[in-house]
Amino acid sequence: MPFGLIKYGLSSRYPVIRKFPARPELKPRYDVVIIGAGGHGLATAYYLAKHHNITNVAVVDKGYVGGGNTARNTAIIRSNYLTPDGVKFYDASLRLFKDLSHELDFNIMYSERGHLTLAHTDAALRTSRWRAEVNKHLGIDSEVVSPEEIARIEPTLNLSPNVRYPILGALHHRPGAIARHDAVAWGYAMGAAERGVEIHPDTEVTDILVEGGAATGVETTRGTVRCGCVVQAVAGSSSLVAGMAGFKLPIRSMPLQACVSQPLKPFLDTIVVSGSLHVYISQSSRGELVMGGATDPYQLYSTRSTLDFTEGLMGHVLELFPFLGNVRVMRQWAGIADMTPDFAPIMGESPVRNYYLDAGWGTWGFKATPACGTYMADMVATGRTPDMIAPFALERFQRFDQFGERGAASVGH
Amino acid sequence: MVGPNRLPSLPDDWLDRECIIPFSFEGKGYQGFAGDTIASALAANGVWVLSRSFKYHRPRGVLTMAGEDTNALVQLDGEPNVPADRRLIEPGLRIQGQNCIGSLKRDWASLLGYFGRFLPPGFYYKAFFKPRGAFAFWEPIIRRMAGLGQIDLHAPHDYHDKAYGFSDVAVVGGGPAGMAAALEAAKAGAEVILIEDGRQLGGSLNFGRYGTDRAAAVNLRHELVATVEASPNITVFTDAVCQALFADNWLPVIQGNRLHKIRTTSVIIATGALEQHIIFRNNDLPGIMMGSAAQRLIHLYGVRPGKRAVIATTNSSGYGVCLDLIENGVEVVAIIDLRDDPPDCPLSSTARAKNIRVISGHTIVEAKARMGNRHVSSIAIARGQGPHQETDPVQRLDCDLVCMCGGYVPAAGLLRHAGADIAYDEETAAFVVTPLIDPIHAAGAVNGVSGLEALTADGRHAGWQAARDGGFEVDARPARPTTDPAGTRPVLLPVTPHPKGKDFVDYDEDLQACDIVNTVADGYTNVELLKRYSTVGMGPSQGRHSALPTVRLAAGALGCSLDDIGLTTARPPVGPITFAQLAGRQFEPVRRTAMHHRHLEKGATMMLAGPWLRPAFYGPEADKETCIREETIAVRNNVGIIDVSTLGGLEVRGSDAAEFMNRIYTFSYTKQLDGRGRYVLMTDETGAIVDDGIAARFHERHFYVTATTGAVDAVYRNMLWHNAQWQLDVDITNVTAAYCGINIAGPNARAVLSPLCEDVDLSVEAFPYMAATEGMVAGIPARILRVGFVGELGYELHAPANCGEALWDALLEAGRDHDIRPFGVEAQRVLRLEKGHIIIGQDTDGLTHPFEAGMGWAIGKKKKDFLGKRAIEIRKKRGTTRQLVGFTLTDGKELPPAEGHIVVRGPDIVGHVTSAASSHTLGKVVGLAYVAPDQQEPGTRLTIKAEGGRIIDAEVVALPFYDPENKRQEL
Repeated sequence: MPFGLIKYGLSSRYPVIRKFPARPELKPRYDVVIIGAGGHGLATAYYLAKHHNITNVAVVDKGYVGGGNTARNTAIIRSNYLTPDGVKFYDASLRLFKDLSHELDFNIMYSERGHLTLAHTDAALRTSRWRAEVNKHLGIDSEVVSPEEIARIEPTLNLSPNVRYPILGALHHRPGAIARHDAVAWGYAMGAAERGVEIHPDTEVTDILVEGGAATGVETTRGTVRCGCVVQAVAGSSSLVAGMAGFKLPIRSMPLQACVSQPLKPFLDTIVVSGSLHVYISQSSRGELVMGGATDPYQLYSTRSTLDFTEGLMGHVLELFPFLGNVRVMRQWAGIADMTPDFAPIMGESPVRNYYLDAGWGTWGFKATPACGTYMADMVATGRTPDMIAPFALERFQRFDQFGERGAASVGH
Repeated sequence: MVGPNRLPSLPDDWLDRECIIPFSFEGKGYQGFAGDTIASALAANGVWVLSRSFKYHRPRGVLTMAGEDTNALVQLDGEPNVPADRRLIEPGLRIQGQNCIGSLKRDWASLLGYFGRFLPPGFYYKAFFKPRGAFAFWEPIIRRMAGLGQIDLHAPHDYHDKAYGFSDVAVVGGGPAGMAAALEAAKAGAEVILIEDGRQLGGSLNFGRYGTDRAAAVNLRHELVATVEASPNITVFTDAVCQALFADNWLPVIQGNRLHKIRTTSVIIATGALEQHIIFRNNDLPGIMMGSAAQRLIHLYGVRPGKRAVIATTNSSGYGVCLDLIENGVEVVAIIDLRDDPPDCPLSSTARAKNIRVISGHTIVEAKARMGNRHVSSIAIARGQGPHQETDPVQRLDCDLVCMCGGYVPAAGLLRHAGADIAYDEETAAFVVTPLIDPIHAAGAVNGVSGLEALTADGRHAGWQAARDGGFEVDARPARPTTDPAGTRPVLLPVTPHPKGKDFVDYDEDLQACDIVNTVADGYTNVELLKRYSTVGMGPSQGRHSALPTVRLAAGALGCSLDDIGLTTARPPVGPITFAQLAGRQFEPVRRTAMHHRHLEKGATMMLAGPWLRPAFYGPEADKETCIREETIAVRNNVGIIDVSTLGGLEVRGSDAAEFMNRIYTFSYTKQLDGRGRYVLMTDETGAIVDDGIAARFHERHFYVTATTGAVDAVYRNMLWHNAQWQLDVDITNVTAAYCGINIAGPNARAVLSPLCEDVDLSVEAFPYMAATEGMVAGIPARILRVGFVGELGYELHAPANCGEALWDALLEAGRDHDIRPFGVEAQRVLRLEKGHIIIGQDTDGLTHPFEAGMGWAIGKKKKDFLGKRAIEIRKKRGTTRQLVGFTLTDGKELPPAEGHIVVRGPDIVGHVTSAASSHTLGKVVGLAYVAPDQQEPGTRLTIKAEGGRIIDAEVVALPFYDPENKRQEL
C-alpha cells in the first residue's frame, strides 16, 4: 500500500488533502490574462507563478478546465522529430514530462512504452532513416528496425508479407510514452492556483481589447477584464480568437477523431503508429485501446463523430492486429486540430503588441505542454522570445520560411 | 426440465424446449434450451455469478438481462467482454468468468474490497509516484489489475460485411410506440424500416406488465405485430442494434455479422427507457437485479429468478413485478415502497388484495449474503429515505432475490447524438428529452410517455410527423397522449449512502456513493471533471445507470439543482460494436497494370507504388543486385522496356488550355508547338514542388499531361480546384486508368520500334527528342512521346489499357533479335540517378522549392503569374538555405550511404542523402544530397554520417553524372 493512500484509509472523515480550485470572482484587472484553460494555458500560468513570481494571472476558458483538445487527445509523448529545432524543443518537453508527477505532486501516470512508426513503403523507410539519423545525431534514442526486430519489440503485430500494406520496417523510439492527459491539466491547475493564479472556467472571451496596436484587456461573458498582456492558448479556435484581436492566422481547422475500446487485460505495450494506414494505437493503463487516425479531410469547427472514421480506422487496425475483430469500440469523439502549412506550431509574438500566441498545435500539442508552458512563461515575463521557440514565430510564414516537419508529422501524434 | 429454476412453458417465451443445448461455464458442463442466453441458461441452473467487478473483484450477476450492464460480460474463446444476457448459447460453447485472479468462485483479488477506504476517487493520481521512478514499479501491477476480458492473440478473423438501406422513415425500437409509429407512417405510404434490438418485435410488451394481468400487453403485441407483418412497406430488422444517429440521418445498424448503413428521410427514436437501480450497501450482490430483469427472466426465458423476493420500488412498476413473481411461484416477502404515501393505482390495489406486505416510507439500507455464499440472503430496511434516512435497521428480511425498481430514464443516447438535451423536470422528478428539430422524432417511453394507450398514441403521432416530413399526404394530426395516469415516475432519491460503503452508484467502475461525494469534495464539481476524475460512466455501460444517481449525489453535495449539474456528452456508439463489424470487408484494392501477368510470368518481384503494384526487378529477391545491374546494362548498351502505366494521364482540352497550363505549371506553354512535349513542374502556393511530368501538345487546344504515380489524384484535384476559381475554358479529365504506358529505351530503341510504326517516321529528323504524336504501333492506336528520363534514346507509348498486353508482347517480339529486356523500377531509379534526374517526393520533400533542387530552369521567367510564383520569388530573394547536389564517394571502395543518411559539418546537420546507388555504368557510387548553399561547388568535400556513426567522405560533382552533353538521349 503506497504511503500516500494511508491517510485516506485511516481518517474517520474523508480528508480533502488537496482541493481542485473553485472559480473565484473575476477581478477588473490582472497582469496577465491567459485565454484557454487547457494544458498549455495552465502550464504557462504555472510557470509564470513558479519561475517568475507573476501570480496576478487569470486563466479564462469558455468551458471546463482541460475540456478542449487536452481532454480529447490520445496523450502520446515523443521527441523523434525530423528537424533539429523540432527535436530539441520536443526533447525538452519530454524531459519535463518525465519529472512532471514530482513537479506537480500529482501522478500524471507517465508511462514509457516505446513508440514504433511503421514503414510500409520504401519512401516511408527512407523518411524513417532520415529521422533516425537526425535524432541520433542530437542524442535522441531512435533507430530504424527490421521486421525481425519489430517482432521482438511488439510480438502481437501482424508482420505477414501477405497483407495489403506489408510492414517493411519501423522507426523505434524507446522514450515514446503516454500519460494521463487530464491529470496534466489538473496538476498544473492546482499548482498554479496554489501559487495565486485564478482559474475561470465558463468564462468565454467575446472580444479582445486593442488600443494603439497593443492588447489591453478582454471582454468576457462575465465582464470586462483589463490586463498588461494576453496569452492566447486556444487550440481548435486559434483563428477565431486571433480574429477578435484583429489578425489572421495561416491555420486550417480540421476535425481529428479518436475512439477507445472496452477495457481489456494488457497485451499491447508499445505505441504503434502507421502513417500509410493512418492508424495510431496504444493501450491505456485502464486497459482500453486508444486509437486514432488522420484528420478529417475538410475544415470544420464541429466536433461531431462520423461513421466512416471508425469504419476506415478499424479496417486498418485489423490489418495490424487481426485478432482484435471481436473487440468492441466503446466510445468515439473528435477534437479540432489547427493545422499550419508546415505542420509546426506558432509560438511567440503576434501583430498585436502584448498579445502572445500559442497556436497551430495541429495534432501534436499535448506532447509539448510542459515545454510550451515554460517558454511562453519566459517570454511573457521577460518580453523576449526564448531561443528555443524562436524558430516557431508567426512571421516565418510571411517569409515562406517554413518548418520542415511535414514529412514526420503525418499521423505521428 | 433443464435446470432447477426453469418454469413451466409459457406461450410467448423465446425458448425452443425441444432442443437442448450443452455448454460449459468455468469448466463445468450445463444444459440450456435453444433460445437461452448464456445468462438465462446459467440462471436456470442456479448459477448467478457471471463476472468479477473492475476494481474490488466483487462477484456480479444478472442486472438488466438486456445487455446494458457490465456485470454480465463474460469471456468466450477468442472473444472478450461478451454480454451474457444477449448472446445465445450454442452447442459446446465454452464460457469463462472475467477479471478474476484464480477462479470466478475464489478470486483472491477480491481482498481488495477490504482496502476500499484506501482507494479514494482518483487514488492513482495521489500515490504510486514517490520516490522517483516508483510508477515504473506500480504501473504493471495497476495495468494487470485493470481491464476486463482477455485477448486471444490467435483469434480468427471472421467474415463480416456491410449493406446499405434507404427508407423514408426509420423507426428505432420495435416496442408499442415504435410499431405504432411505423404503422402510421406506412399508412401514409412511406417506406419504413423498423429496427428492433430484441429477437422479436414487442419491446416491453414481451415481458412488461401494463395492467393487472399481462393479457393487455400480450394482446396488443399480437395485434401490432400482425399488422406490421401484414404491411408490405415496413421492413423489419430484428436482433439489430442502431448504434448511432450520425449527421444527415445516417444510421449504423448492427445485425449479426452485418453492418447496415441506413440513410433515411426522417427518423423516429422509440428506444424506450432504462430502469434505474437503487443504491444501498451491497446492492451488487448476485440475486439483486432490476425489476425488469426479473420480468425478462420469467417471460422471455422461463427462468424463476428466485424463491423469496423483496421488491424495492419508487413507483408503481414494482407492484407489477410483484404480480409477475407471485404468478410464477416466487414468494414475495415484501414490497419496500420508498415513497411515504404511495398513491393507489390498479397494480398496487391488486397486489394489496393478494395480501402482499407493503412497507412504505422505508428503504433497503443493506443487503447481506450468508458466509461463503455469494448470493443475497437477507436485507435490512430502515425508515425514511435520502437525506432523512435513518441508519439503524428496523427490520431484517430473508430473501434470495431483490428486485430494484428505481424508476426510468429515457434511453436517449441516439437523440443526444443528434443534439437533443436532457433536462430535469422538477415537477415530475424525471429527466426529459428536449424537443428535437424535424426530421428527428421521439416516441414512447424515451419521450416520457407511459401506459399502453399513451405509448401507441405517441407512436402514431410521431409516425404522422415523420410521414409528413417525407412529403407524404397525411390525414389529420393524431392527438398526442395526455399525461401519464399510472404514476410510474420516480419521485424520490433512491440513494441510501451507507457509512460502510459498498453502495454502488456505478457497477462498471465499482464506484460507491461516497466516491461521488468525495470527488465533489476534492473540487471536481463540473460534471465532465467529475466523470473524468472519478471515472463514473466511463465503463462499458457508459453511464446508463450511474448518470442519474451521480447527478443527484453531486447536486445534493453542492446544494444546487440537478439541471445545474447536467449530464456529460453522449458519444457514439450507444452499445458495443466490434472492430470487425465496423471494418467489414475492407475495400482497398491493389491496382494492377494491364501487363501485370506478363511481369509475373517473367518472374518479377513486385513492389507497391502508391496504390499500384509495379515490377521492382525481374528475378527473385535473392538475385536483386544482379538483376538490377543487368537491366541497367541492357538499357545503356542495347534496349529495354518498362511498364509505366502507373504514370498519371490528364487531358487538358479547350480554348484556354495553354493559358491553364501556364497558370498551373511553372514553365511556359503558350508557345509550345503542336507535336512537341515539354517538361512540367508544379508548385503549391508556398512555392514547394508537388509534381512533375511531361505535357504533350497534340493540338492548339489539347495537352496530354503526365503526373507521377503517387500524386496524380492530388494533381487532378488541384487542377479542378483552381479552375473552379479561374473559370477558364478547359475540360480536365483524369485518364490514368484508360491508358497503359510502355517506355522503350536504349540505343536500339528506334531499331525495335520503327518496324512496328506504320504511319509514324521515327527518324531523328522527323521525330526528334521531345517530339510527340499519335499513330499506330503494331496495329494499336498509341500516343508516342520521345522522352529521356533514363538518359538514352527512348519512346514512351501510351495506348488503350486493354491493348497493354498486346503492345507489350509486340515490342518483346520485335526486339527479340536485339535481345530486348524488360526492366523494373529499381533499374530505372539507378538510370535516372546517373542522369541526375530527380524523383519528386524522394529528392524533394514537402518544402523543397525549385531553386533548391536545381530546377530554376523550369520556371518561366516572363510569365505574369503561376501557382507559387510569389512565394518562389520571395524565397529566391532571401537566398536558399540548402541545395541539392550530386556527389560521389572519395574512397572508391566505400559502400554507398543509404537514402536518409545525414550530411554534417562539425556539430551541425546541413542536409541529407536523398538518392544513392552503386553505378555499374560509371563504376562508382553516385548520389544526390542536400548540402549547405556554400557547399554546392563541384569539388567541395562533404561528410556523410551513416548508420552506426560511420563517417563517409564524399565530393560534390556536377550533374548529370552520365552523358553530360545529352548526346545519347538525342540520338
